[in-house]
Amino acid sequence: MRLRYPDSIRIIRVPCTGKVDVIHILRAFEKGADGVYVVGCLEGDCRFENGNLRARRRVDQARTILNAVGVGGDRVKMFNLSSGEGPRFAEYAVEMTDKIREMGPNPIKRFREKQAA
Amino acid sequence: MIVAEKKPIEEVIEMVKDFRKILIAGCNECVTVCEAGGKKEVAILASALSMYFMNQGKKMEIDEVTLERQCDHEYLEEIRNTMDQYDAVLSLACGVGVQFMAETYFSTPVYPGVNTCFMGVTEERGVWTERCQGCGECILGRTAGICPISRCAKRLLNGPCGGSTKGKCEISKDLDCAWQLIIDRLKELDRLDEYEQIAPIKDWSTERAGGPRRVVREDVRQ
Repeated sequence: MRLRYPDSIRIIRVPCTGKVDVIHILRAFEKGADGVYVVGCLEGDCRFENGNLRARRRVDQARTILNAVGVGGDRVKMFNLSSGEGPRFAEYAVEMTDKIREMGPNPIKRFREKQAA
Repeated sequence: MIVAEKKPIEEVIEMVKDFRKILIAGCNECVTVCEAGGKKEVAILASALSMYFMNQGKKMEIDEVTLERQCDHEYLEEIRNTMDQYDAVLSLACGVGVQFMAETYFSTPVYPGVNTCFMGVTEERGVWTERCQGCGECILGRTAGICPISRCAKRLLNGPCGGSTKGKCEISKDLDCAWQLIIDRLKELDRLDEYEQIAPIKDWSTERAGGPRRVVREDVRQ
């Protein structure tokens, strides 16, 4: 297929999106990530029954927290697709990258850069 | 267990915003089970606060610890050596733990990170309901194991009031009438005749009405 998607994305593999916890998402932002998206199987197709549904709720929780602390809840999003949907994976990657570019960098980075200087 | 709810993050920020180094202390008991103040919630709150203060351009050091219990001296003592480093402690234990932390570390400000709600059960994940009010004189033996003190809005002792409709309480159609539950269970146990017995006047002095309570057991006291 040799599809292209933005090279700014780092993929972190998990056995199931049900493994992703709120703290994993928050830590990514704390370390300076500009956005995080979780890509799970289609709803109803989870090998472990409800892993992707749990992930969706955790993404929602992370969104609420990020809004409350002023980082921006729109920087985190949940996507669902099947393992056969390579083109859609690439589309989502582009969609998320465009969205994050529009929002600009993670505001926490300014503080980190100032501390480092 | 004691059921608590996380305080809104905005309220927590307001409490700790003037400090430079704080300790967030979780508790491994009840608040862990009701997902309000265990190790996981401590980590999430620490991360959220840390991001908030970084975003504000303020340097705030946040450490995390989760004690086995905050309602026992022996576990609170575990942090004694490090306590002088902190400007304040944000305790995610129930109100009991927060107070015992404050009593133990008298010169360090302690703030609550959760709202303590009641003694209850996990009906299902994410749903907790009240079962006991700690009235100090348990009558469950007479009421088929269902407590009218904690589950009846009027704390009635001799059957339902006129507001019981189709097994539901008049204050909410989602709330079971405790006396309906009691009668149903007595029927099931074939002990409905017990329902006819008039309950004696309850001694409320063992409840909160008698002021703060104390239990002393000389046989185990050291």
